[in-house]
Amino acid sequence: MAVDKDTVAHIAKLARIRVEPEQQETLTKELSNILRWVEQLGELDTEGVEPMTSVVEMTLKMRDDQVADGNRQADVLVNAPESKHGFYVVPKVVE
Amino acid sequence: MASYRIVGNTGEWELVCGLEIHAQVISKSKLFSAAATEFGAEPNSQVSPVDAGMPGMLPVINKFCVEQAVKTGLGLRAEINRTSVFERKNYFYPDLPQGYQISQYLHPLVGEGTVYLDMPDGAVVPIGIERLHMEQDAGKSMHDQEPGKTYVDLNRSGVCLMEIVSKPDIRSPEQAGAYIRKLRSILRYLGTCDGNMEEGSLRCDINVSVRRTGEGFGTRCEVKNVNSVRFVMHAIEAEANRQVEILEDGGKIVQQTRLYDPKKGETRSMRTKEEAHDYRYFPDPDLLPLVVENDWVERIKANMPELPDEKKQRFMESYGLGPYDSGVLVADQETANFYEQVAKGRDPKLAANWLTGEFFGALNRTGVDLSGTPVDAAKLGELIDLISDGTISGRIAKEVFEEMWETGKSAVAIVEEKGLKQISDTGELEAIIDKIIAENPGQVAQVKEGNQKVMGWFVGQTMKATGGKANPKMVNELLRKKLTD
Repeated sequence: MAVDKDTVAHIAKLARIRVEPEQQETLTKELSNILRWVEQLGELDTEGVEPMTSVVEMTLKMRDDQVADGNRQADVLVNAPESKHGFYVVPKVVE
Repeated sequence: MASYRIVGNTGEWELVCGLEIHAQVISKSKLFSAAATEFGAEPNSQVSPVDAGMPGMLPVINKFCVEQAVKTGLGLRAEINRTSVFERKNYFYPDLPQGYQISQYLHPLVGEGTVYLDMPDGAVVPIGIERLHMEQDAGKSMHDQEPGKTYVDLNRSGVCLMEIVSKPDIRSPEQAGAYIRKLRSILRYLGTCDGNMEEGSLRCDINVSVRRTGEGFGTRCEVKNVNSVRFVMHAIEAEANRQVEILEDGGKIVQQTRLYDPKKGETRSMRTKEEAHDYRYFPDPDLLPLVVENDWVERIKANMPELPDEKKQRFMESYGLGPYDSGVLVADQETANFYEQVAKGRDPKLAANWLTGEFFGALNRTGVDLSGTPVDAAKLGELIDLISDGTISGRIAKEVFEEMWETGKSAVAIVEEKGLKQISDTGELEAIIDKIIAENPGQVAQVKEGNQKVMGWFVGQTMKATGGKANPKMVNELLRKKLTD
C-alpha cells in the first residue's frame, strides 16, 4: 500500500502536525516505504492463530475501587499556559 | 396502539429511531485512575495525573466498574463477552487531555440484549440492544465565563461510562421516552447508574431517519446530547418532520450530526467537518484485553436484585393487578416496596388504586417525594383498613386522606375526632329515610312510576342528611325496599 500527498496532508491535519507543502513529497515516500515494509507481515499465514496481546502470559491487572488520588489542583494546573479560579482557560471552542 | 406516522403532503412516513445512552457508572473512583467521581466538587480537585493526560502515566482498570457494567449487561438480558478490548478513539478537544478517549470498539464487553417497554395501553414492546461498552468520560467545558475563553474542569475526565446502543427498533417519540425511562429504571434497580439527566449522569444521542412504510432504512441524522426525556421526544419529532419536508420537496438527507435547540424546538447542523469523524481507533497498548471469568459472571448474576420486569410479572400474578398499573408501581423500587407494605394483608387492588390515585396525586401536587411523605405506608394501610371494614365510606376516606396529608395524624384519630364514622345502623338509617319519604310525597310518586333519576335524588338527600356518612350500599338497599316493593 502506498499513500498519496492528499492522504499525508489529511493525516497531518488529524494529528494536528503542521506539514509544509515542500515536506509532503518526502513524507509521502517515507510513509509509503514504512507501510510496504510492515505489509510483509501479511505474507504469513495466521489462520487459526490467536492474536498475541503480550509477550508474556498476562491478563489485565485490576485495582479495587478506592479513592487514593486527587486533591492536587495546583499540581494539575501548574503547566497550564492559563488558569483561573481552578479552571484551565483555553481559547474559546464552541459549536 | 395506533402506529405513529408523520403525515406529509404526499402521504404518510414512518419514523425509525435508535438511541445511544451514555450512563455514568456509580463507583467511588474513576475507570482508570484512583481519583474520586463525586459530582459538584471544586474544579480540578478530583484529577489524577492519568486523568490530566500527563505523559508516562499508566491506566489501571477499576474492577468494580467492570462488575457494574457486567451487572448492567445481565439486566439488559444481554450476552457478556468473556474477552473484550479497549481501544483509543483519537480526537482533539480541550476537555480530552489525553488526545484520545479509551473506549471499546470492535470487541465490546456486552453484546446483544433486549429492553421491554411498558406502554400505557398495557402493550409490551421489545427494543433490541446492540451492545454496551465501557469508556472514559471527558472533562467539562464552560463557554460563558469570559468572552473568547473556554474554562475546563477535568473532574469528570476518566469517570467510567457505559455506552448503551439500541437497535433502530424505536418507532415513535413515545417509545423513545418509554425506552429511556425503562432503561433508567433498570439502572437504578441495579445501582449501576443514578440516572440523573440534569446532572448529566445519563445523556442521550438520537439517531433518526424516516421512510415510507415497508421500505428500507433511510439516511439517518444524529442529534447529540439531549438532556431530558421530554426534549428527546421533542427532538425526534422535530428532526423527523424536518426530514419529511426535505424529502417531499425532492431533496436528499445528508448524514450529519445535529444539535437540538429546546428554545426554538428545532434541530440544527453542527459545524464540525466530516473529517473529524475519522477516529483512527487502535487497541490501547497500555491495556491488555479484559478477560471476565465465567464464575465471576455467575457470582454477579447470583447477587442481582429482582428487576422491574420480573417484579411486574409477580405483581400481576400475586396481586391480580393489570399490566399498566403493575408497570407504574414497579418503575421505581421505593414505590414498589411502599406498595408491598401497604398491600400486605389487605385488598391489593384497593391498595393499588389508592396509591396510584390519591397518593400519587398528593405527591405530584405538593412536589414531595416518597421519602418525605407525611403519610407513610403504615398510615395509608390503616386508612384502607377503615374502608375495608366499613368504618368509613370511600368518599369520606378521601377527606380523611387530605387531613392526614396536612396534619400527619392517623386515620383512626381523624375519624374519631370529626365523627366521620359511617352510619351502618339499620334502625338509624331507616329513621332518616322514613323522614325524607314522609316529607316528599311527590317524589315518592315519581319513583313508583319508575323514574330512576328520582331514586338517585333520594340517595342524595339521605347522604346530605347524614353529612355523607351513611353507608351507601345500605342506603340503596333500604330505599329500594321502601320505595319500590
